[in-house]
Amino acid sequence: MAFLEIEGLSKRYGGLDVLKSIDVDLEKGGFLVLVGPSGCGKSTLLNMIAGLDAVTSGAIRIDGKLVNDLHPSKRDIAMVFQSYALYPNMTVAENIGFALEMRGMPKAEREAAVAEAARMLQIEHLLKRRPGQLSGGQRQRVAMGRALVRNPRLFLFDEPLSNLDAKLRVDMRTEIKRLHHRTGATIVYVTHDQIEAMTLATKIAVLKDGVIQQVGTPSEIYNRPANLFVADFMGSPAMNLLEAEVAADGANAPRMTLRRNGAAPITLRVPETKVTPAMTPGAKIILGIRPEAITDEGSADRSAGTLDTVNVLVDVVEPAGADTLVVTNIAGKEVIARLRADAEARPGEMLQLVFNLDKAVYFDPETGIRLQ
Amino acid sequence: MAADLPAGARSPIAARIVIYGLLLIFAVFYLLPFFVMLVTSFKTLDEIQDGNMLALPKNPTIAPWLAAWGTTCVGLTCQGIKGFFANSILMVVPAVIISTMLGAVNGYVLTKWRFPGHRLVFGMMLFACFIPFQSVLIPMALVLGTLGLAGTTAGLVLVHVVYGIGFSTLFFRNYYDAFPTELVRAAQIDGASFFQIFRRILLPSSGPIIVVTVIFQFTNIWNDFLFGASFASGDAAPMTVALNNLVSSSTGVKEYNVHMAAAMFAALPTLIVYVVAGQYLVRGLMAGAVKG
Amino acid sequence: MTIAIDDAYRPPRASSSGDRLRAFLPRLVLAPSFALVLFFVYGFILWTIYLSFTRSRLMPIYEIVGFDSYYRLFAQPNWYKALENLAIFGSLYIGISILLGLTLAILIDQRIRGEGVFRPIYLYPMALSFIVTGTAWKWFLNPGLGLEKTMHAWGWQSFQFDWLINSDMAIYTIVIAGVWQTSGFVMAMFLAGLRGIDGEILKAAQIDGASSFAIYRRIVIPMLRPVFLSAVIVLTHLTIKSYDLVIALTGGGPGNATELPSTFMYSYTFTRNQMSVGAASAVIMLMTIAAVIIPYLYSELKDPGHGR
Repeated sequence: MAFLEIEGLSKRYGGLDVLKSIDVDLEKGGFLVLVGPSGCGKSTLLNMIAGLDAVTSGAIRIDGKLVNDLHPSKRDIAMVFQSYALYPNMTVAENIGFALEMRGMPKAEREAAVAEAARMLQIEHLLKRRPGQLSGGQRQRVAMGRALVRNPRLFLFDEPLSNLDAKLRVDMRTEIKRLHHRTGATIVYVTHDQIEAMTLATKIAVLKDGVIQQVGTPSEIYNRPANLFVADFMGSPAMNLLEAEVAADGANAPRMTLRRNGAAPITLRVPETKVTPAMTPGAKIILGIRPEAITDEGSADRSAGTLDTVNVLVDVVEPAGADTLVVTNIAGKEVIARLRADAEARPGEMLQLVFNLDKAVYFDPETGIRLQ
Repeated sequence: MAADLPAGARSPIAARIVIYGLLLIFAVFYLLPFFVMLVTSFKTLDEIQDGNMLALPKNPTIAPWLAAWGTTCVGLTCQGIKGFFANSILMVVPAVIISTMLGAVNGYVLTKWRFPGHRLVFGMMLFACFIPFQSVLIPMALVLGTLGLAGTTAGLVLVHVVYGIGFSTLFFRNYYDAFPTELVRAAQIDGASFFQIFRRILLPSSGPIIVVTVIFQFTNIWNDFLFGASFASGDAAPMTVALNNLVSSSTGVKEYNVHMAAAMFAALPTLIVYVVAGQYLVRGLMAGAVKG
Repeated sequence: MTIAIDDAYRPPRASSSGDRLRAFLPRLVLAPSFALVLFFVYGFILWTIYLSFTRSRLMPIYEIVGFDSYYRLFAQPNWYKALENLAIFGSLYIGISILLGLTLAILIDQRIRGEGVFRPIYLYPMALSFIVTGTAWKWFLNPGLGLEKTMHAWGWQSFQFDWLINSDMAIYTIVIAGVWQTSGFVMAMFLAGLRGIDGEILKAAQIDGASSFAIYRRIVIPMLRPVFLSAVIVLTHLTIKSYDLVIALTGGGPGNATELPSTFMYSYTFTRNQMSVGAASAVIMLMTIAAVIIPYLYSELKDPGHGR
């Protein structure tokens, strides 16, 4: 039995369905990231787990016990808020110790616990300051200290890094990951940033419009997205999604034909393992392929089973330092390829690209669901 | 906005002179009546009769102030206005404290513990700020009579608390509305109770709005005349009512200097508050005028 | 909009009795205040309305006789005088206060030195009681000893200023004293509005070649529309409630020359023993204010971006 179980959870505000029958669970010590665009209901879901929002229907269980109607303070959870929610009138030490004070822990014990949490987060020198005197990163650490000191059964993080600048965000991401490893805590984490989701999670739930689109490990979500929304949302630059038609010839080994404006159509093979019954000759299909699976010849994955080479006209070249992104046009859409940094590519010239079709995924254009 | 204009946009010297000239003329307009009141209160009656209203007193005397405070006749008693001044203090202090405390918890509930219908409740309390008090005057007189509070300071305290709740609730509600709700949520998860959250989290950050509310209520209640005149005539009358009785009494010689000194006594408490913390009074007035 | 408004904490359903108490505690805390307001404001208003339909004189008589007192109210020449005065006083008081307040705010906003001196001087009358203001102005305008005498002393022998005791002019002295008391506050409202205008808009207008006058007329003043609205509401409210100032300055006289609905209500109720007529006039006053305030409050409360 999982440590955190959410079953058929729904939420209505006024006449609006914010969450529709959510099912997700998390094992002890796991790191669940709820990710989705703003307004998808992920923060509401977190608030319901915390007990800050009432449950319309469904069940939330922690360690096998139904907590639907339990007051937040009795759920043995800690939460880190987007704004950090540090009490402005208290020092850092008082902020961290507040929950322990409310639970009636004796002063000496409390101080020891606060000191331990501060040591772990390297904020010992800040204990006497007030939140107003701290930098963003320091506030973030204090907020985590306030959660850590309680040693709760479950940690909840509500977009904790979104108020930090880019560099600090990466540092704190590493810090959170390290803390998770060290403490073995069970964490539910909300973000709209898909990179945070990929790097931190042991399990990701992608939400859209109050409905879970897919639950899985980061690699499942990335490599085998359940539908077009997940495919498009996860990964940056986003997965190339191209309209294709199953070629009428080659009955035993289907091929995909992609139209091009002013050039001959491209034909790409389908690896045997990826052939599905839906790939009947003439069928329309969406081909999904990530930018890193379209490369120059030099950096193509030689161990891949199905590599197809295509000549394209380069539209835009974006050197990104570690690699170079090349934008071209196929099937009426922009296609982004990720080349090695020193690849020779110039706008307006022809370029040979290698498609690693082992990494390709296929979607039904009607339902948007991945074919398998 | 002018602070944002580039330096080249500064008006020329002539325009500056006109601007300062106008500002000075208006300053005279606003200061003059008070100035006349002040100098008159230090003059003898003879000097008032013969001299210029705007002239400084030739032989300044504090006799009118002493008379106003201790010996002048208000109605039938001749003990000055000191007793009425005390009435006003006894009325203002409890009324301000009680209405401010109620406003604080009301604002807390209406922003951080919303319940279905919270808007209607707030709207009804807000409208109460704006009613003409004439529309409650008769029932209030009847109820105070029934309660045995007619003509007492306690009755006035009750009246001012009741009709002060609307404003104090408005102030605290607007202030707490901007107070991050995440802090309340964090405190709940930390295990703090309804009152602990109020006392430990919100109240320590409420200094400015408490000052605004206290000053606004103090000024309003001290300056009230209608309720005082309606419900507390005679010995229980507040300062404003006594001043009006003194000034408009038609018996004997009009001691204008004493009247002006008495008016200064009525004006001083709120003026001192204004000088010390005028910005807070303005903030309160503005909050009552343009919400949020 | 629903989510934005309802983002405050909503407790989960209570399970134990302690939790149930906890869920009701906030409403319990609010209840006494709300009960006071319900009884002393809304209950009393209904009570007054009820009394206005009776024949109550010195003491209330709870027997409904219909619109009798309203007929009697509108048969009183005094009441018409009060309404006429209210119209004169209201329009001048509101108009001049706004004009003066706006002028002062614009003057002060010219990056002048000594703003910290001028602003408090314009504003301090707001801290005074209307009774004090009335007393001061009564003295200042006293024909025998005040302004008139001073002008004579300065050699302007023909100067005459007897408005205070002149039936035709007395109402204007109330306008003067009222404007003196509140125009500084109107200035503060406009000044806050001016300071809230985005400086970049003004820079853009200058680059577009607008003169200072054009900037004020075409851009700044139109952007102050909400302040105008607030000022009109506040001043209307003060107009209808005005009572103290009249009592202190003229006592409603000479004769009934400065009678206002507020003084009318008071004297009919408490000195002339015509309680039902007084109640009827109070109801009319309330309805007038409600007609102005309720739409205003409604629009402010309904739009969450504004009302919060």
